[in-house]
Amino acid sequence: MKFKLILLIFFFKCSFLYGVEKPIDQNNIYKNLRCLVCQGQSIADSNSDFAQTIKLVVKDQVSAGKSEKEIYNFLVEKYGEWIVYKPPLNKTNFLLWFIPYLSFFLGGLLIFLIIRKSKQNKR
Amino acid sequence: MQRIIKISFLITLFFIIGVFFIGLNKDANYNTISLVGKKISNINLEHFEDNTFYKDNDLKKNNYTLINFWASWCAPCRDEHPLLIQLSKEKNLKILGINFKDKKNQADKFLNDLGNPYDFLAKDEQGKHSVIFGIYGIPESILVNKDLVILKKFVGPLSFEDISNIIKIIN
Repeated sequence: MKFKLILLIFFFKCSFLYGVEKPIDQNNIYKNLRCLVCQGQSIADSNSDFAQTIKLVVKDQVSAGKSEKEIYNFLVEKYGEWIVYKPPLNKTNFLLWFIPYLSFFLGGLLIFLIIRKSKQNKR
Repeated sequence: MQRIIKISFLITLFFIIGVFFIGLNKDANYNTISLVGKKISNINLEHFEDNTFYKDNDLKKNNYTLINFWASWCAPCRDEHPLLIQLSKEKNLKILGINFKDKKNQADKFLNDLGNPYDFLAKDEQGKHSVIFGIYGIPESILVNKDLVILKKFVGPLSFEDISNIIKIIN
């Protein structure tokens, strides 16, 4: 009985956690947007005119019920991929996404080969 | 084994040099040239004088429209103004001026002093509408055709060369 009760509470908790839609964090969006007229600043960090305008637009779009992805897509359409710090995967930037995994794999392979070789030499 | 390590090291080195070479030779000036050929939609600009709005259909009536973002506080806008006056004489072109984050009395004074080249005058008090046009500073001008497709985008004040370019396109 006790076990069933714990199980019920667990599932209720899980459904509660996943059922509730996470509110959009505007600051998180600002941090992922580049200020195009600043030197190395995000929209969140900048007080420039451009940053203020983008903040207003993002705020409006969040109020209109747009998702984070829709907001990024809108701004990418208007200002290009340069405006987002994390650009979407496409054919022009696939290397950017692919190389870390490839380096990780090749690095691991290299370490494996070195260790195997040194073991063979010891024998 | 030594050979594999050497090759890996060389590949990594050439990759890093390549990335720096391409990155440092790239034009660092951001531009919205990728907007050329795209269609502008959802225009909803408040009229400069009253609370009516300019919509997409208002601009579709013109063969060509030059959308110019300006403000009285913007010094380069003052520089390009005589060129806009010159352009306003072109019959095949209408000019829509969008007064950007400005005070009405100062904008009025600007136009009274320098002349009004605009066929349509709208205001964007908070600058939010400028995002629809991919604007990130003023002055900026966008030449669109009847279908509201962007033909040319001019970042910064218009030059004599830009004006002759526009005249060539619209005629």
